Amino acid sequence: MNEHEHEARKASIVVFSGDMDKVMAAFIIATTAAASGIETTMFFTFWGLQAIKKRVSTGQTLFQRMLSLFFKDIDRIGPSKLNMGGMGRWMFKKMMKQQNVTTLPELRQMAIDLGVKLLACQMSMEVMGIRREDLIDEVTDVVGAATYIAEANQSHITLFI
Amino acid sequence: MADYTPEKTLDARGLKCPMPVVKTSQEIKNISVGGVLEVLATDPGSVADIQAWCKSTGNELVGMEKGDGVFKFWIRRVK
Repeated sequence: MNEHEHEARKASIVVFSGDMDKVMAAFIIATTAAASGIETTMFFTFWGLQAIKKRVSTGQTLFQRMLSLFFKDIDRIGPSKLNMGGMGRWMFKKMMKQQNVTTLPELRQMAIDLGVKLLACQMSMEVMGIRREDLIDEVTDVVGAATYIAEANQSHITLFI
Repeated sequence: MADYTPEKTLDARGLKCPMPVVKTSQEIKNISVGGVLEVLATDPGSVADIQAWCKSTGNELVGMEKGDGVFKFWIRRVK
């Protein structure tokens, strides 16, 4: 076995998508990486911010408030395909429950418990009128792209989801 | 049957990916270095995943067994 395999390693994941299925994949990979002793960072930007947003309406300007109607939280985001106005979300949740798959909010809590760093993109928050207090308390920091690059530059695993 | 005496048994039966591995990573911390953790799982994916997890973390999979639809793993904590 390669001795480098047990050295300190890092993983960084950009979560751009706000679709339930893609966010789920991101959290499954993040929790597994953290469980494998890999220091893991998730960088939430644009639609991905829904995964770390509280269930609150956001925005100050008219456009930001309109967007807020479609900007959900981790329990209400729908799948990337077959959402059918929310029916798909309901159906997938039911199917996953039948198979005893860990729910998305539980996966996020598990990531937090395992010490996964949750970073929020400052610029997309500004554009959409999302304030720090609209995000869950466990968010580690609100940062820019350079912070992500600094993390990714030290990472052996980088993903964009 | 393996003759490893586990310090603890983790019951991960019924759990799906990634939980058997995640729970294992949390439970191994409660085992003394050199001690063995026994993991019970029903997820067929855990057969490959527990082995991969051991490879990633450097812990040693000392034994594996299947019976009655339940997989048993014995993992020695290396460090």
